[in-house]
Amino acid sequence: MTSLRVVWGGFRFHVKTLTLSNFFLLTTFLLPAIFASIAFFLVEAGGRPGTLLYTALGAGMMGVWSSTLFGSGGAIQWQRYQGTLELLVATPSPFLLVLLPITLASATVGAYSLGMTLVFGRVVFGVPLDLAHPVALVVAIPAMVIGLGFLGLLLATTFVLYRYANALSNLLEYPVWLVTGLLVPVSLLPVWVEPISWVLAPTWGVRAIRESALGGHPWSSIGMCLVLAALYFVLASFFLRVFERLARGRATLSLS
Amino acid sequence: MTSLRIFFVGGAIAYRALFNWISPWLYIPTMLGSPLFQILFFAYLGRFAGVEDDAFFVVGNAVQVCGMSCIYAMTMTIANERWFATLSPLLATPANRLALFTGRALPVIANGLVVSVFGFFVGWLFLDFEPAAGSVPALGLVLVVTVFSCTALGMVLGSIGLRARDVFFAANLAYYLLLLFCGVNVPFDELPGWMQTVGSVLPLTHGIEAAREVAAGEPLSSVTGLVWTELGIGVLYAAGAFALFRLFEAEGRRRASLETL
Repeated sequence: MTSLRVVWGGFRFHVKTLTLSNFFLLTTFLLPAIFASIAFFLVEAGGRPGTLLYTALGAGMMGVWSSTLFGSGGAIQWQRYQGTLELLVATPSPFLLVLLPITLASATVGAYSLGMTLVFGRVVFGVPLDLAHPVALVVAIPAMVIGLGFLGLLLATTFVLYRYANALSNLLEYPVWLVTGLLVPVSLLPVWVEPISWVLAPTWGVRAIRESALGGHPWSSIGMCLVLAALYFVLASFFLRVFERLARGRATLSLS
Repeated sequence: MTSLRIFFVGGAIAYRALFNWISPWLYIPTMLGSPLFQILFFAYLGRFAGVEDDAFFVVGNAVQVCGMSCIYAMTMTIANERWFATLSPLLATPANRLALFTGRALPVIANGLVVSVFGFFVGWLFLDFEPAAGSVPALGLVLVVTVFSCTALGMVLGSIGLRARDVFFAANLAYYLLLLFCGVNVPFDELPGWMQTVGSVLPLTHGIEAAREVAAGEPLSSVTGLVWTELGIGVLYAAGAFALFRLFEAEGRRRASLETL
């Protein structure tokens, strides 16, 4: 019960904080609109207007990933800057439960960008919003948020030891957009990319959302988001225990 | 002589001190890794959309990624004076303001060229991009002019950073807006009229067009108009940036708000 309270309290706090952050305003509203515009112009120029909704959903998911990535990169770094990292590690609550709300909140705030690109696409580019399975979509979005939030948690745990987590965040934005098929189908990429895409939650998240919106069988993709979330949680627990111990042993916890 | 020292030595010191990403741990993933994947992402997006060929995206993005240095590094090397609380001591010196201000651009331009050349290398390595035989010197000249004009935009942002509360928001936005408005990934004539009008007064637009033509084998003489326009835009932005710098310096002194955050 206490654990749930820690997660829920942290989640509410961080959703409110991130919603007021200029940086997250940029990643969840403005950048998805810019990337969606580029993609819309390209598919129109290439004579593929039938893919507009497909593109809008992909561009929205790009925003979710950016938000998750920068949120998880910042999860440790912000605590370091604010001098609260040692205090949080020293509290009786497991540190994993302190980090989880930050990454879940980042993914949740990122989900605003899905709504943003759909509204933007509809108003500016006339994207049709005929949803094939609206009920499945209502389930797919939280499943995707959970999948990405837990992937963010796994990333955040590895950042305990790495001082330059924000640089890694900058690096990982485009490759994950690419290999998870958010805008470009994975089948167009080299064959060796596909297995990588299978272990990344955005792949299944975007599939679940697209299959809900465009038609298909979204439930298996929704299930994969949740299975991967469980797997990420187990891995994150293990890594955090190891990395936290190492950082405490080396007295590098607060070094930034 | 003192002004020359401020220009060269002062510029280099400011760059080393104020550019946050200079450490290899930050520089490699951010200044090289991110452009690498940006180029691949848009080249594959172009293939998916069936628009243009890989060379179009390689040239457009390889030139635009200079913004990693020209926008971000330039903004930091000016605006960080305020964040690091060194602005007041700096402006208390009698140093020549023009040398003080423009000297910071030189390392940024050099760095922007490194990032762009790396972008072309990525295109060659992963996407089989080959500029036309003999086009490299002309392409280099176009690149230098374009990197200069993009740096001038960074100088404007840096100057605004002497006053604005969150200039890095503006720097991020500017970097990504260049992707949209300058014909980097969308053929310029496919953009709506108002976007073409905005794009035509931004740095990069004419430089990218010139670079594409030169890389495709056109002689430098056929793009001189584009190169001069790009240079003119750069000079105007640089002049505007310096005027803003002086204005905010004077305003900051008058209102005692130089380092108010």
